[in-house]
Parts: sequence; structure tokens; C-alpha cells
Amino acid sequence: MSAEPIILEMRAITKEFPGVKALSNVSLTVRAGEIHAICGENGAGKSTLMKVLSGVYPYGTYSGDIVYQGQVMHFKDIRSSEAAGIAIIHQELALVPELSITENIFLGNEPTKWGAIDWITAKKTALELLARVGLRDDPDTLIKNIGVGKQQLVEIAKALNKSVKVLILDEPTAALNEADSQHLLDLIRGLKGKGISSIMISHKLNEIEQVADSITIIRDGLTIETLDVVADGVNEDRIIRGMVGRSLESRFPDRTPHIGDVFFEVRNWNVQHPQVAERMVVKNSSLTVRKGEIVGIAGLMGAGRTELAMSIFGRSYGNFLSGQVFKDGKEIELRNVAEAIDHGLAYVSEDRKALGLNLLDDIKRSIVSAKLSKISAGPVVNDSKEYAIAERYRTSLRIKTPSVDAGVNKLSGGNQQKVVLAKWMFTDPDLLILDEPTRGIDVGAKYEIYGIIQELAAQGKGVILISSELPELLGLADRIYTVFEGAITDCIPAETADPETLMKSMTSARKKVHSI
Amino acid sequence: MSADTSPRGGLRDLKKIFGGGSSNVRQFGILFSLIAIVVLFQFLTNGLTLSSGNLINLVSQYSYILILAIGMVMVIIAGHIDLSVGSVAAFAGIVVATAMQEWNLPWPLAILLGLAVGALIGAWQGFWVAYIGVPAFIVTLAGMLIWRGGNQVIGNANTVPVPEGFTTIGSGYLPEVGPFTGYNNFTLLLGLIIVVAVVMVEWRARRVQKIMGSEPAPLWVSILKVVLLDAVVIYATVLFAGGRVGTSFPVSGIILGVLVLFYSFITRNTIFGRHVYAVGGNKLAAELSGVKSRRVNFLVMMNMSILASLAGMIFVARSVASGPQDGLSWELDAIAAVFIGGAAVSGGIGTVTGSIVGGLVMAVLNNGLQLLGVGADRVQIIKGLVLLIAVGVDVWNKSQGRPSLIGFLTRKNKTGEFPAEPPAVVPTSGTPDTARPSDVST
Repeated sequence: MSAEPIILEMRAITKEFPGVKALSNVSLTVRAGEIHAICGENGAGKSTLMKVLSGVYPYGTYSGDIVYQGQVMHFKDIRSSEAAGIAIIHQELALVPELSITENIFLGNEPTKWGAIDWITAKKTALELLARVGLRDDPDTLIKNIGVGKQQLVEIAKALNKSVKVLILDEPTAALNEADSQHLLDLIRGLKGKGISSIMISHKLNEIEQVADSITIIRDGLTIETLDVVADGVNEDRIIRGMVGRSLESRFPDRTPHIGDVFFEVRNWNVQHPQVAERMVVKNSSLTVRKGEIVGIAGLMGAGRTELAMSIFGRSYGNFLSGQVFKDGKEIELRNVAEAIDHGLAYVSEDRKALGLNLLDDIKRSIVSAKLSKISAGPVVNDSKEYAIAERYRTSLRIKTPSVDAGVNKLSGGNQQKVVLAKWMFTDPDLLILDEPTRGIDVGAKYEIYGIIQELAAQGKGVILISSELPELLGLADRIYTVFEGAITDCIPAETADPETLMKSMTSARKKVHSI
Repeated sequence: MSADTSPRGGLRDLKKIFGGGSSNVRQFGILFSLIAIVVLFQFLTNGLTLSSGNLINLVSQYSYILILAIGMVMVIIAGHIDLSVGSVAAFAGIVVATAMQEWNLPWPLAILLGLAVGALIGAWQGFWVAYIGVPAFIVTLAGMLIWRGGNQVIGNANTVPVPEGFTTIGSGYLPEVGPFTGYNNFTLLLGLIIVVAVVMVEWRARRVQKIMGSEPAPLWVSILKVVLLDAVVIYATVLFAGGRVGTSFPVSGIILGVLVLFYSFITRNTIFGRHVYAVGGNKLAAELSGVKSRRVNFLVMMNMSILASLAGMIFVARSVASGPQDGLSWELDAIAAVFIGGAAVSGGIGTVTGSIVGGLVMAVLNNGLQLLGVGADRVQIIKGLVLLIAVGVDVWNKSQGRPSLIGFLTRKNKTGEFPAEPPAVVPTSGTPDTARPSDVST
């Protein structure tokens, strides 16, 4: 590996924002045809470094050198870095949903003949590129009609079209299910064989361990170390130690569950897709939650986990068909979100920015937003109480902010998630439904959020935990339901569960729900 | 804060005179612009701008636009727009005028009728916007045509006069009472009340800050703030009270003042106000927090039409008759006021006071140019440019990572020079900006 020539070197990069030093003397060396992972907690400076490399922050706004193929480069924008062969693929994809695959691949780079777009060449090239990334869809398909996994592949095809030599992938698998992730990782490995280097930012350490050749760890804007995966015998714990600067003996806080009686039950729940009436997104599902219990829900993306949760939470998704909800032995009606909140339900969405927070709001207003009546006299909100409550959550959940007057958009992902949790804890719920509560959150903050979840359970609340990360479910939950194609396929006590059995139930429709 | 000896500490304290907090910086900038424009015209018109007669005229001439701006800012915060306000005003005006002329309806009842007409129109438009889901732009574009036509159908495209009692709300002044002082006593009393209120509000704010455990600004900041504000109030009071005999502070100005206080309170301090911001900021997140977004949208649209009908009646009262051309292009003045006052086109941001200041900028500009004898054609061009530049500077400043105008003004006071940040979102291969990833984490 080390015999390969160095294709890219970032030397002593320092980047300052007003009042903050985001990067300080960071160096990165990438060899031709290697997969180089960059690890670090959120806010460590990974994305800033990639923005410097790709020209988002142009030459002159940082100090240090970018040496690429032996030359010092002065990128003035993304175009110039792309022209040199460095392409960045963002976490949120930059494709136009209403255009076709071909149109997207050639957007801004259209092949022309006599001044008009040469669609024949475009489509032919598109087919070749799609074959290279292993996508067999018709290139005329609109982007909005293919899944996120395939969209990711189209992005890569787009980069390949620009004869890329260094591909930067920012959290490429964050939104992908297991199978799509695997396909993407295989593709990146395949590109490596063709001499294309990849720089990969990911929070999924198992994936990094699996594909990366070397790893650079960044912490607080400093390069901590660069590891050679094979030579240094790197594993997840080793990476975590570098990222957080201490070894987490255990990735989950210790907990002795105190589980009470069943207090919440959903029976024979059926929900239709909001647009396509014949499509059932939740099929005859039943589940129970006990007091003080953390109930996991495992399922692949699109299996209907979120749909199940949201439809229970005041029918906020899909068309409700039939089913019953019982709480404390009595049947309750949850016709809208307000009723669900009044009955002591809380739902923390998987999409923090789109569904969880008003990013224009400040921290204190966000925290009280789901139950304003609690701090109001009649219609009038009491500002002092609001402030006091926000301060209390800031301290108890350790939300890192100079003041609760700060906007939530100024917070890192982990701290935003704490605000969302505070918002729902403030409603004083009996049952919390947490949908991917640690998505896109760094390791240190994850640990804290696990602690909060366990604390909520310890207070006697019921928790439904939806997660794509099986280790998270196995580490936290007391009991795990598996969901496949809208139906609950199994219910496994945590002691007997392991990734293999869960995965089996998540991918097959065998019906073996244990009755409680 | 008081122990803060850095050069920026003093600046921050100074900012607090105008309401501190990062959320108010935009208004701070626009307030500065207003003062600058007033001073400029005072100079250019040789003192005519800040004369009793002109100020009284200014208030009674623009109060109805400012009333519209109050409703409009709530509509815009919720993420909509209302193009129909001018036509709704004209429609309510003709209905009220006709009712008083044809059915001899007493004028107090006629005002209630006018408000009811506004409420009905608002309910109609709110229904389409909130419950059917037609964009407000379309619904109110239709409303613009419907109610304009309705005005002409009811009035036969003629002018309908209104009786004397009714005209009070548009062209009335505070009455002359008490001993002769050379000033209008009622206006003086009103000024005194405001002077005391300013002191009390500031004192209470300091007390609340202390209870909440946050450090209030140093005492001198509060005192300076109160002295400055009260000086302005006293100056204005003397001007308003010292007008031609029979004139004083206009009744329409009182109505406006009450509405500003009421709606500032609604938007800032009530659950409903919070819900308006929540729906405009992120509708899905608001709904998942139990906010009934449809009801919020319905009420916001309905409220706008009620205020539009009130504005229409004040205008009719001022011009002593309702005509087919009433309220023409008012919507544009109201919308301009709101955006100059710092609201965001995409919703979720804006304040009532900001919009009033924005409206005053336009009013003073209009008035000053008229005093200078600039033709209506050029006034329009200048107003258009001011709107574009005011919002343009704001948008540009935001894209530069500075909060707003005031960020621009105070930039040189910061820690020396750092290179200008590029816009965070950079198009690469011609992908439209809207499709680019939003730039959040670093």
C-alpha cells in the first residue's frame, strides 16, 4: 500500500472563522488508489477540511498548501477542484428530483453539437457510467422515482463523468439501508481498483473498519493521528479512542432495568399509504410497552417503522384504517397530534431538521414549543418560566451553548438532538417514541443520549426505540420487535437476541410474534 | 457584562439601548435608517418635515397603510401573502358607506358591520388557504379581483358619501378640553402617559431579567435608553399638541397605536403568536408538536381581512366618501413595509414593530419627496429602489454570514480584518441553488 505514490497532500491547513479556529495545522496525505477515512466527532473539523479541499472555501481564505499530483493547487471554487479531478459528494444529495438520471449526470456539463445538447451521446455515455456504478435503471427515469441508494450511485456516476481521481464522500451511507450501503462500499472498493482514491467521512465505524486502507483522526480541529488499517490492526474501539481522546470502556452506560406492568398497547394496527390507497404501510401490527421498559423496533429502511410510529402518534402519517390503542387499561383515541400529546405520548422524529425543529427559533422557545400551555396563563406565555425551564434542561442535558437565547441552527447535531429530547421531556410524557435518536450524531454525544434514554426508562416511562443500528438496539433495548414490509414479524427479548437472528426476522415474513 | 472591559463590550451595551439581543439587530438597522431619513428630509425641507402640520398629516395619511402592515406581517410570518387587502378595504368601505346612506344605519353600527364584512371575507379566503390548500397568492389574487368588482357592483362605480360622525375615525383629532395652554391638552396627557410607560417598561424589564438570573445591561444603558426615548416622545408630543387650533393627534393614530400594542403582544407573548412563527418556520415540525396549522393559517388570513376592512373604513372616513378606486395598490405598500421591516419571504421571521418602522420609512420618504415637490412618477421609482436596496443589503449581509445591516455597520469594530467569507452554498455544475445541500455542519 505505502508503495503507491502520494496523489494528494494537505499541508498544515489552518482555517479560521470569526472567533473560532476550525482547523489548526491539519495535514492529510492520500495515496493513489486508496480509501482514506476521516474520523472525528461532529464539529471536529472534517467537513471544513473537505470544503477547503474542494474549493468551497477558496484559496486565500485558509493558510497551508494543497499539493495535488505534485503541484500546489489554488482552487477558487468547486468548479476548479472538479476540473482538477477532485469531486465531493455531499451528505444531502445535490440532484434535481424533477430531472432524469441522464439530465442530472450531465447537468452543467452537457455534451453539445452545433450548440444544441447532444442527447444521443449523453444517453450513451450515461448508460456506460451507470454500468460502471452497477445501476441498471433506465437513464430516462426521473431522480424522484428512484431510492436514495440509487441516487447516491447517480451522484458517483456524475463524478466519474468528470474523470475524477479523488472522490470525497461525506457520510455516504447515512441514509442507506444495509444492502444499499454494502453495494456502495463495494463500488468504492471497485473504484479503488481502477486507481480512484476515495476520501470518506463516516460515523459508521464498522464500515470504515471494513473498507478503509488508512484513517486520519481529527479532534477539535487538530490532526490526532493517521492509522494504517492493516499494519496498525485497527478496530472500532481503537478508532473511538482516537476520536474521543479516551477509551469508552463500554459504549452503553450501565443500567439495571426496573420493568413494571404493561401500560401501553397497540392492537391490530392498519395504515394505508397517504397517496396510494391500495398500499398498506402498516399491516395488522400489535405491540405492548411496559413501564420502565425500552422496546426496540428493528427493520430495514422502508419497512414501515417510522410509519408505524407516526401513525400511532396522532395519525400524523398515512390514512388510518383500523386498530386500537390502550393506555393504562383504557382504550384511547389519538385522532391528532394534540390528543396524542395530551395522552402522554411523545415522538422524536428521525429527521431532526425537517420534522423536529424550527431552525429559525432559539433554544428556549424550541424546548417549550410542544406544550406551551404548561408555562402559560390563559393565552399568554410566561417568558420567565420559559427561560428558567430552558436553563434547567441546558444544565441537566448538558446542551453546549453560551445561552439558551442562541438559535438552534447554531448547535451541532448532537446538541440539537438534546434540544429535541428536552422539548419532549418537557411535555412530561409517559411513552416516548424515539425514531433514530442518534442519527448523524458523534460518538460522545451518542453516549450521553443513551444515558438520557436510560434515565427516562428509570423514571418509569416507556420508551420505544427505533434504530437502524443493531448494536444500539442490542445495547439498549429490553425487548426488540422486528418489522418487515409493514408487519411485525417477531418479538425477541434482548438476552436472546443477536444481530443474526434480528436480521433474519427483518428480512423475512415469518410470523412468530410471541404473545406477552 | 458590566465587568466586560473589552472594546466590544461597550458596543454591545450600546446596542442594548435599542433592545439588545441578536434577534432585534435587524430592527436596529432599519430604525437607524428611519432616523437618517427623517434627519435628511428635515434638512432638505428646511424644517418642514418635523413641523406640527406635516406630522399630523403624515399620521392621518399613512395610518391605514400601517394598520395593513400589522396584519400583513402576521400573514408573511406564517408563510403566506395577501394581495387582496386593497380590494377588501374598498369593498368594506362601499358596504359601510351604502349602509349608512341607504338604510340610515347609525355610524357605530356601521363600523361593526364593516368589521363583520372583513371577518366574512377573511373566513372565505382563510377557508381556501387553510382547508383546501390553495396557495394564498392565488386565493388573494382572486380576492383582489372579486372584491374590487364587488365594490363597483355595489356602488355602481360611483362615489358614495359618508355622514359626519363616521368621519371621526379618519379625519378626527383628540378634542380640546381643559384650560387654555396653547397646546392640545389631551395630546399632552397622552404624551405624559407614554413617557411614564417607557420608564415603567424598562424598569420592569430589568426586574424580570434579574429574576431570571440573567445579567441586565449596566444601569447607565437603561437610563440613557429611557432618556433618549422620552426625549423623542416629548418632542413629538409638543409638535402634535402644538398644531393649528382644532388639530392635534389624529384619532386614526390612536387606533393605530392601540393595534400596534395589541398585536405586538399577540405575536410576542401569546401561544397563538408562537404558533404563527412555528407554522411559518417549519410547518411539519409545528404539526408534529401539536400545532393545528390549519387553524393558525385560517385565523391569520381572517385577521388580515378584518384589519383591511378597518383600514378601508378609516380611509373612507378621511376622504368623506367611498369610491371605486379606494385602496388601489395598498397591498404593495403594506408588503413593502413588512419586508423593509425585516420579515423573510420564506416565512417564520418578522415583527410587528419592525413592519411599522418599515412602513414609516416609506411614509417619511413619500412625504418628504412630496414636500420637495418631486413628482409622483419619480417618487414611485425612488420607493421601488429603496425597497430593493433595503432587502438586498439584508439578504447580501446574511449570505456573508453577518446577521444583518447592523452587522455590516459594526464590522470594522471587530477583531481586525479577515477575508470575506464566500457564500456558504456554491453552485458547482449548474445545479440550481435550491437543489444544493444546505450547509450546516462544519
